[in-house]
Amino acid sequence: MISGSIDSIESLGLYDGPGIRVVVFMNGCMLRCKYCHNPEMWLMRDKNITSDELVKKILRFQSYISDGGGVTFSGGEPLLQPDFLIDCCKKLKEHDVHVALDTAGVGIGKYEEILNYIDLIIFDVKHADPVGYKELVSHDIEESHNFLEVANKMNKKFWIRQVIVPGVHDNLEYLNKLKEYLKRIKNIEKIEFLPYHKLGTEKYEALKIDNPYKDKKEMDKDKCDELYQVFLKL
Amino acid sequence: MNEWKDFVEGEWCRKIDVRDFIQKNYTPYEGDESFLKKTSSKTTKVWNKCLDLLKEELKKGVLDIDTKHVSGINSYDAGYIDKENEVIVGLQTDEVLKRIVNPYGGIRMVYNSLAAYNYKLDENIDKYFNEFRKTHNQGVFDVYTDEMRKARKVGLLTGLPDAYGRGRIIGDYRRIALYGIDYLMEEKKKDHDNLKGVMTEDLIRLREEVTEQYRALEEMKQMALKYGCDISKPASNAKEAVQWTYFGYLAAIKENNGAAMSLGRTSTFLDIYIERDLKRGILTEEEAQELIDQFVIKLRVARHLRTPEYDELFSGDPTWVTESIGGVGLDGRPLVTKNSYRMLHTLINLGPAPEPNLTILWSKNLPDNFKKYCAEISIETDSVQYENDDIMRPIYGDDYAIACCVSAMKVGKQMQFFGARCNLAKALLYSINGGIDEVKNIKVLDGYEIMQDEILDYEKVKKSYYKVLEDVAALYVDTMNIIHYMHDKYAYERGQMALHDTDVERLMAFGVAGLSVATDSLSAIKYAKVKPIRNSDGISVDFEIEGDFPKYGNDDDRVDLIATELLEKFYNELCKHPLYRNAKHTLSVLTITSNVVYGEKTGSTPDGRKVGVPFAPGANPMHERDTSGALASLNSVAKINYGCYCRDGVSNTFSIIPDALGHDMESRKDNLVDILDGYFIQGAHHLNVNVLTRETLIDAMENPEKYPLLTIRVSGYAVRFNRLTRKQQQEVISRTFHSRR
Repeated sequence: MISGSIDSIESLGLYDGPGIRVVVFMNGCMLRCKYCHNPEMWLMRDKNITSDELVKKILRFQSYISDGGGVTFSGGEPLLQPDFLIDCCKKLKEHDVHVALDTAGVGIGKYEEILNYIDLIIFDVKHADPVGYKELVSHDIEESHNFLEVANKMNKKFWIRQVIVPGVHDNLEYLNKLKEYLKRIKNIEKIEFLPYHKLGTEKYEALKIDNPYKDKKEMDKDKCDELYQVFLKL
Repeated sequence: MNEWKDFVEGEWCRKIDVRDFIQKNYTPYEGDESFLKKTSSKTTKVWNKCLDLLKEELKKGVLDIDTKHVSGINSYDAGYIDKENEVIVGLQTDEVLKRIVNPYGGIRMVYNSLAAYNYKLDENIDKYFNEFRKTHNQGVFDVYTDEMRKARKVGLLTGLPDAYGRGRIIGDYRRIALYGIDYLMEEKKKDHDNLKGVMTEDLIRLREEVTEQYRALEEMKQMALKYGCDISKPASNAKEAVQWTYFGYLAAIKENNGAAMSLGRTSTFLDIYIERDLKRGILTEEEAQELIDQFVIKLRVARHLRTPEYDELFSGDPTWVTESIGGVGLDGRPLVTKNSYRMLHTLINLGPAPEPNLTILWSKNLPDNFKKYCAEISIETDSVQYENDDIMRPIYGDDYAIACCVSAMKVGKQMQFFGARCNLAKALLYSINGGIDEVKNIKVLDGYEIMQDEILDYEKVKKSYYKVLEDVAALYVDTMNIIHYMHDKYAYERGQMALHDTDVERLMAFGVAGLSVATDSLSAIKYAKVKPIRNSDGISVDFEIEGDFPKYGNDDDRVDLIATELLEKFYNELCKHPLYRNAKHTLSVLTITSNVVYGEKTGSTPDGRKVGVPFAPGANPMHERDTSGALASLNSVAKINYGCYCRDGVSNTFSIIPDALGHDMESRKDNLVDILDGYFIQGAHHLNVNVLTRETLIDAMENPEKYPLLTIRVSGYAVRFNRLTRKQQQEVISRTFHSRR
């Protein structure tokens, strides 16, 4: 039996994919995004659930998600537990559950095998520029490119997410770069801009982790919408 | 018959059978809401007048009371709000919002209510009821045993209808529109003639009742005549159909002040008349909406005189004019018509309001358009509730309606003996404390030892608890039998019962409060270490809990099955005791707003809840303990089996913030529909939906004038937030709001 490490399950996710989503927050992430609002999931913790147990829990919500909804693996970075993820997805597919993967594309391989079971990739861009990327997440951009290459080959559907951090992404120069960058992804269904928010601040304090964006202001929602409109016209 | 021209004939032409008439004649509607019209200028004028008076009423508590007359179908002169603009007429008394004095339930209740608002009862009435006329309340207390009085005093059994009208009876008011009073009187006369045989107590009582019913019908006719309407014959058009139906309901609320005075299931019935008039070209859509808007205005100004103590239990002056909308027929056709939309649309035309208590009978087979429209109305107004037609239809058929919050009954064929509720959490404390009440310190139940254990033992507590439940069930049944015997004797609902079949089926509705507290307490004792803190008499007044335990509301069978087993046990115990007039036992998990008062009267419990803290309402998980998300919380409640042991309803109130439901109205509507479908497909019974933020409620508590219309669903009914007591407002705010992670 394959086990994995999850932080929690949100039974009523409505943002991470189409329809009602059961969102599984998985532990472990190699990135240290400055704006991260789930720092409690950075570390890979002890395995705390088997794939059978997780699938059973998810199927308890089947009556809500069967009509246009599904499951979204999020985190953390779900790609860090490939065998567990594959096993869960395989079992979910036996019940015709729609599976989305919320990822930054920074895993440890087996991408093709994973993506066999994934209906939708929700891809978090972080930063379009290799230097900016490293500065923002403390990791090289290359691994995410490897992931994108596999996904493109398999012609996977993408939803693109870009968190807009004031002073980092909220300028025309960046929007142009992003436009250029997204050309490397073939099958984009939707692009979303998410204004940076500070809801995760208390978690940093509770975990006694230094918050690099402690003094950062939240991104204004209207400004974010404006940027999105500008971006669409580029 | 001319009034029935163009209707498809059937059994309904040969005997009283409203269902058959509906099934043969209604026009299902699967379209959307785009046909709906705004209020007419007449409606606006009438409603504006009401709004001014409602403001004044809110300031004064009651606008006025008629202390010169005693309640009765034909006791009052005709009254109007704005005569020339009223399309539908009829008020309880001669003036709008003026309340009725009804001493039949209990004269003391009348004194208390009048005193609270500085009124005095007419001397003659006072003298008459004191010297010559016994009331229901006196009858009950003549018979109550010491044990019953104690159970009542400590709040083991609370809210019993022993001093006020029991309500929860729905007359089939549609019968007046379809058949006219004369035919109904003829039928009652026939029934009376046929009630022959050995004159047992049962038969004697029934013959007397049917005679009273016959008289009541005559009084209805006279009452309507005061408004210039002859209801002896069937309604001949839509306006008359609405008016005749309303007169039936009006007779009920003139004669009775029952806790819940529900309307039934009228929308689709009335649609048949509206469709016929539309086809004939004698009614426009604007006029159709006007009829329904004005009907609803009348329902919104229905009032009863209550005491302040009553308000504390059931806050916000509720009348439970419950109207059941939608559902699906036995033949699979949805019972949704254009008039189902018009009825819901009154919440937009006249603004959100708690009454009438609009109740959607939800089925997975309702038309998609209608589902979405309901969701939109919920999101906009927080004023509707949902109940699962797919689990009620197999039991009650397709012409049942909801009384009060969650009580289903076949319209005109079943009635209910309302039975308030028993405090399950307190009962659990009795099993630990040797039957002694932890707050009042008096012995309520005999035959129990005070537990001495340092750490509570699950098996031992459960065994003792189940024995307590056996004793309480016996006591509860006996108490209810007395109450309803006396209610029939001294405060019989002659008008409402005249609109039932003579051979009526009776349900006796028992109830429980504190389900989540009792369940979590047992779970704590089972899975954690619970150490009682005892006072000098050995009574456990607090509990220390070491370790964690599964909590109801997280879709965890370890604890959820404790809840279901508990309910099944209690229901089975109730069923062991025969009921007055061969009623059938039913059980509800419903508190309305009384969960606050129950909490006040109950000591600290082994789940960690402290003395005085409110219970969760109805079948809801305890506040903030359902931490696994909204759907897990719903799944826990959905495990309670309605058909097997909870046929009087399982109330659940669900609050979610708008953002957690989706980005925009379209996605929120879709998602709410998916949530409702997902919940009800599992066999869950009821859901109140509130889509709002905690911040809104806090702001409304601090600045009530900013939110005069803010309406929220509490437990089985909606209420204006500013009419709740501060304590109840705080309790509502402390509930779990499912939000976005």
